Parts: sequence; C-alpha cells; structure tokens
Amino acid sequence: MHWENIFYVLSSILFIFGIKRLSHPRTARSGNLIASLGMLIAIVTTLVISDSLSYELIGIGIIIGTIIGAFFAMRVKMTQMPQMVAIFNGFGGIASALVAAAEFVNASKSFPYGEIFTYSTISLSLFIGTLTFTGSFIAFGKLQGFVSGKPIVFPGQQLLNGLIASSIIGLAVYIVLFPNDLNYFYLLVAMSAVIGITLTIPIGGADMPVVISLLNSYSGIAAASTGFVLDNNALIISGALVGASGLILTNIMCKGMNRSLTNVIFGAVGLEQDTGSDGEAKEINIKSYSTEEAAMIFDTAEKIIVVPGYGLAVAQAQHAVREVADYLSGKGKKVLYAIHPVAGRMPGHMNVLLAEANVPYDQLKDLDEVNNEFEDCDVALVLGANDVVNPAARHDASSPIYGMPILDVDKSQTVIINKRTMNTGFAGVQNELFGYDNSIMVFGDAKDMLQQLLKDLKEL
Amino acid sequence: MDINILTVFILAVFVGIEIITKVPPTLHTPLMSGSNAISGIAIVGAIVSTKIGGHYGTWLGLASVIFATVNVVGGFMVTDRMLKMFRKK
Repeated sequence: MHWENIFYVLSSILFIFGIKRLSHPRTARSGNLIASLGMLIAIVTTLVISDSLSYELIGIGIIIGTIIGAFFAMRVKMTQMPQMVAIFNGFGGIASALVAAAEFVNASKSFPYGEIFTYSTISLSLFIGTLTFTGSFIAFGKLQGFVSGKPIVFPGQQLLNGLIASSIIGLAVYIVLFPNDLNYFYLLVAMSAVIGITLTIPIGGADMPVVISLLNSYSGIAAASTGFVLDNNALIISGALVGASGLILTNIMCKGMNRSLTNVIFGAVGLEQDTGSDGEAKEINIKSYSTEEAAMIFDTAEKIIVVPGYGLAVAQAQHAVREVADYLSGKGKKVLYAIHPVAGRMPGHMNVLLAEANVPYDQLKDLDEVNNEFEDCDVALVLGANDVVNPAARHDASSPIYGMPILDVDKSQTVIINKRTMNTGFAGVQNELFGYDNSIMVFGDAKDMLQQLLKDLKEL
Repeated sequence: MDINILTVFILAVFVGIEIITKVPPTLHTPLMSGSNAISGIAIVGAIVSTKIGGHYGTWLGLASVIFATVNVVGGFMVTDRMLKMFRKK
C-alpha cells in the first residue's frame, strides 16, 4: 500500500465534489475552489513522495507557468473565452504528451522489449496529446482570426486523413514492438501533429462549439492515458472526468445542431454554397427600420425576448443590451433572454457574456424553457444570431440546417433583427425569417444600434 | 497489465457522466474551463518526469511542468473570475 494513494484519492474526491457543486450558480464558485484544493493536494503529495526531485527545475517551471496562466486568466476578455479554452485544452494535451515522451525516453533505456502495455499507453498518450495540441492551436487560430474561420477543404482530404491515421496506427504498433528506435517515435509525434491540423481545418466557425468540446474531452483522455503510463490514479480519475465532461458537451452541441459528430468533423458545413446559381434561392423582401421606429415598437410592447448570438460577442454589446433591457424592465415590461445551445462559439458562451454585464442568471432561459414563451411575446429582439432562428429548420427539408432545434422567434408579434449586413449565417443559408411579414431589420453594429435605441427610447 | 486501473477509469467515467449531466447550460463555459484546469493534473506526471534526467528528459519535464501549470493556474483563476459574475437579481 502506497500511502500517497490516499491523498490522490482525496484529491479525486475533491474534484468530483467540486464539479458536483457546479450544478448551481450559487454553489459553483465554491466548487471551483474545492477542485483547486484537490489539485493543490495532488501537487504537494507528488512533491513530498518523490525522492531526488530537482526542486529548482520544478520551481522554475511552476513559477513561469503561474505567471503565464495568471496573466491570461486576468487579462482575457469574456468574449475571448472560446479562444482561451481552446488554447488551454492544447496546453493540457501537450503537457500529457511531454510526460509520455519523457517516460518513453526513460523506458526505452531501461526495458527495451516486452512492455506492451507501457508502450501502448505511451503511444496513445503521445498521439492524443499531440493531436489535441495542434488541433487546439488551429481552433484558437480560427477563433482569433489568424486562420480563416471558413472550412478549408481540398480534394482527397478524407483520403489523406485516412492515410495519416493508418500510418499512426502502424507506427504505434512498431513502437510497441521495437521501442528502442527513436526515429519512429519522432515520426509518430509528427504524424499526430499533422492529423490534429488536418482534422480541424475543414471545420467551420459555427461548428467551433463542437470542436472545443471535443478537444476538451481529448485533453482529459490524454491525461488519463498518461495516468495509465504512470499507474497513477489521480491522473486516471481526473482525466476520465474531463473526458466524460467534454464528451457530454460535444453531444449537447451536436444535438443543438441536429448533426452527428461524424457530420461535424467530416461534413464541412459553411462552405460557400452555390446560392442562386441553381435558381432555387428565393428573393426575399425585407423591411429595414431605423432605431427610432424600432423604439416605438418597443414602447408599446409588454413582453420582450432578447435572442443573443455570436454577433453580440463580436460587437462586445453585452453591456449595451443589458442597459436597454434594464430600461425596458424599468417601464414595467417583461424582458427575458433566450439562449440557444450553440449560440456563440462555445457551450455557455452567451451566458458568461451576459453574466459579465450583470444580467441575473434567472433571466436567461434555454431553448426548452423559452420556446413556448414566444407565442405571447410582443417583440423578439434578435442580436447577431442567424441560423438558430431560421424557421427553415422546421419545414424545409432541403435546407442544410433542416431539423436543427431553433428558437421560434417568428411566433412573436414582431421580430426585430439586428445584423451588420444581409450576409448569410455560417451555415451559408439565407434566412427566410428576414422576409416574414412580422420581421423588421435594423442594420448596424449591435453595440451602436443598441446605444442609439436606448437614446431613442428615452426621447419618446 | 493491470486490470485495476481500467476499472478505476471506467468507474470514473460513469461518475463523471452522472455529475456533469446535472450542470445547467448556463454554467457550461465555466464547466469547460474548470475541467480544463483539472486536466492540468498532468502536472503530477510532469513533476515526476523531471527526475528522469538526461538532457532530453530534463527539458521535456520542465516544458511539461510549465504547460501543465499554465493549465492549472489559468484554468482555475479564469473559472473563478467567471463564476463570480453569475448572480441572481
């Protein structure tokens, strides 16, 4: 019996309790604290039990890591959370891969043959960790705008991925059988890095919630497989928790788009579609209103539902929307926010933005809660959301978003839609909602438009 | 090969599914960043790997300590920053 295991189990229990407390916003903050205490126990235990550690080296690493981590944590804007989580997933992945690499160097020196389990788990950890790292980097680049948010596809892409995947399997098998050749180890790492890139570049911006969730899951699986290598329960349990978490979120995101995971990864939705060229694109007549005219509609409304989308995040309009909502509630109107599961670029993105703007969380309603509220709603205000409010998803079997659960904004008395331009959403589909009789477009940047709207409301 | 560690892994996945499905959508972003911090548990392996030694082993160990620490510290801190903003009326 190794007594350190008691402490590792304790820290795992604290992780579980910590996540359990995330089931309510009231207890969530303490949950995060409990989980971080679990991490502290795991780190201290490791430092105490391991003999002949180089404390200088570890100290330097921890100090550098703390400075970088704290800097990002304090400086990141809430609108940039998807990028932050993406890059951190990558760091988690690479950390696991590096540990596996160090173990490989160690193991190939001391027991070159026969340790099938050790070398299999090392290969697995190297593969997933490296893939997570490069994949997260591409996801980060797409979110930050370094890499085009549009899917990047080329002929033979699936074939190429297939070839890389088979070469990885081949290399892993070879390494397990003949571990003392470092060249194959380098090749495995390189190929894993390449497949992380080639699997992520064809995925479009609007599918990022799925990709980030999936990479989150991978970073957990990488940690768990490193736990197998080191025979360490703390890594195995924590990795399994994170892996499960990412997988559940991936599943929720896929359901939110009515697509399978395979379709998201290999489907490349969001390509420039040949809109119009096939003569199917319908002309839609839109009504464009000024903020003044929109203000008059709000003035007579009793119940208003705000539908935020990615455009709200881009325009940093979360504070502006809260000011408008506060003004309207001050006039005795009922204001709710309807949050679609895939609104924004990561799970819960809109909720965090609105929380930052001090919107109480009990005003934020998710799809199931809010959809029957539109029936007696006077004004639905759609801010930079597109595909998640496209009624074609309900009835047009030829639409790429057919079957996706949407917010039924079209059932409200009036729908006021704010967009910057008439460009299509990320699914590349024109939204028929904009041409509906009860729809009104107010063009402009969400923040400017909301500030102007507030001014106009006050002048009424 | 040790079947025990597979048992631990599978049980932990079930526990994870059980508790994570109870996290409401409004907290999904903090859940991700928090679980991200937890995947920084690789720091435990990173610390151990620094003693593998040799030029190669030392640098791999140091790099993994840095990456894992960024993950742990940044992850928990940013989660706290977010959760502190969630409030009721």
